[in-house]
Amino acid sequence: MAGTAIRRRLSWQRADVLAVQREARRAYRLSLRPPDWSGHLPGQHVDVRLTAEGGYTAQRSYSIASAPQQPGIELIVERLEDGEVSPYLTEVLRAGDLLELRGPFGGYFVWPAGDGPVQLIAGGSGVVPFLSMLGHHRATGGLRQVRLLYSARTFDDLIGQAELARQPSTVEVTVTLTRGAPAGWTGLTGRVDARLLAEHTIPPAQEPEVLACGPTGFVEAVANALLELGHDPIRIKTERFGATGGP
Amino acid sequence: MTDPDDAVARRLDANAAAGPLAELFTVDLTVAMATCAGCGNTAPLAAHPLYAHAPALVIRCPKCAAVVLRYASGGGRLRLDLRGARLLTVTLDGAAAHGLSPVQ
Amino acid sequence: MSFVSRGFTGRRRAVPAGRLPPGQYDVGDGFPVLSAGPTPYTSLDRWDFRVRGQVDEERRWSWAEFQKLPRESVVVDVHCVTSWSKLDTRWEGVSVDTLLADVVTAAEFVVAFSDGGYTTNLPLADVTDGQAWVVDNYDGRPLAPEHGGPARLLVPHLYLWKSAKWVRGLELTVEDEPGFWESFGYHNYGDPWREQRYAGD
Repeated sequence: MAGTAIRRRLSWQRADVLAVQREARRAYRLSLRPPDWSGHLPGQHVDVRLTAEGGYTAQRSYSIASAPQQPGIELIVERLEDGEVSPYLTEVLRAGDLLELRGPFGGYFVWPAGDGPVQLIAGGSGVVPFLSMLGHHRATGGLRQVRLLYSARTFDDLIGQAELARQPSTVEVTVTLTRGAPAGWTGLTGRVDARLLAEHTIPPAQEPEVLACGPTGFVEAVANALLELGHDPIRIKTERFGATGGP
Repeated sequence: MTDPDDAVARRLDANAAAGPLAELFTVDLTVAMATCAGCGNTAPLAAHPLYAHAPALVIRCPKCAAVVLRYASGGGRLRLDLRGARLLTVTLDGAAAHGLSPVQ
Repeated sequence: MSFVSRGFTGRRRAVPAGRLPPGQYDVGDGFPVLSAGPTPYTSLDRWDFRVRGQVDEERRWSWAEFQKLPRESVVVDVHCVTSWSKLDTRWEGVSVDTLLADVVTAAEFVVAFSDGGYTTNLPLADVTDGQAWVVDNYDGRPLAPEHGGPARLLVPHLYLWKSAKWVRGLELTVEDEPGFWESFGYHNYGDPWREQRYAGD
């Protein structure tokens, strides 16, 4: 029973591309309908494979942005200037195309079980798996306390603005902009450091499950600051994404 | 070119190896606890640093940086080197909950 | 697999016929960085280069001594097993012939060893007679750490994994001892023109 489920999800399948829409300054939202999809856990990712004439392939992993309760899946892809796959996904791919993918994968960096508080910390497009988690939390009417601290370069770089604006009262979203804020910005500015974490995240005394996702340097700085503040490493989970643009 | 950040950025978490490892394992190996054969450190495989841009996936010990696991698919073969892992512990409940029963 | 992603070409570009080994593409101006581990940062005052193993007498050069050795400039194409090639790369360094001059040995193989624990094995005959260098300069500049600085081996006629980054010496051996990738199913010799990527190719 489980065996067939596994084998089905392992194989590459060709998803219909329903839409490719601009999400933020450098990010695009891909709406996909895989022909064979039995759901995912919030926080999981898929592998995407591109094949050129002659058989050359390039493969990358992308977190799923949409909640499991939503039909199909959505990916949010940040365009990397010197990338090989992301420029294709954001500029060449369009509705009506087929995109090869497999998944979902990864049972580690997923929405934590239980009723305890959850602290999410995102840098840049590291917010993507958290959009899926927050969507799931909202759809299931969860009562646990959830906070998201989201660091982006500028206002125009913010991903998931529409979703983040419609969170239930159990969810508190704090945004900090690191490279300048527009006139009238009332949110935070500056990088995520120990001081900012101390002021705007769930304190270690409440023993939150902490998930941090973003560029490698961001995640490592955040993880170190969390330990400094007294969080138990056993309740800190990280997901780093690096320069995925290289061959 | 010499920015050390570039080198940092090439290190990922082994969480990203879940897809390739699923070519070989029926459970989600990234939720397994791995014990380093060198220093004995034990941590979830997903929390190990992953070097994905080498000719193969290279997963290293988060404590001593020794190679714990190497995996590659190429030339019509899958290759796995587990010399650096003294022990892999898969919690079946966890594997079932996370890897086999996705949220509907 | 007959599926093709519409409009996807990858990084391949047209190059003169015969310039690329089979299965390779030209990466152009890019210079991909592939690393199997953390980049070591060894200070030059602690750096040395050793020739050891089956030798009459071990050789050692400090960075300052290494800098005084006769230098050569080479312009070569390099080919990575992950299928990219980079054409006309300019390097400067010391020929392995210079480093092995006067060494008396019965060895037929060498293992290049590096900071960070990386190793790769080659026939001795493939690193002599003007076929290999220890280079510390790329494109007119000191070799960047991500590309193997302070110094790396350069053996351009074999796949680039043989050109060990962060190289610290050569161990001469009588028996062939597979290195980091060779012990993981990659081809023991690695000739790109015969597409020797994996053991058995």
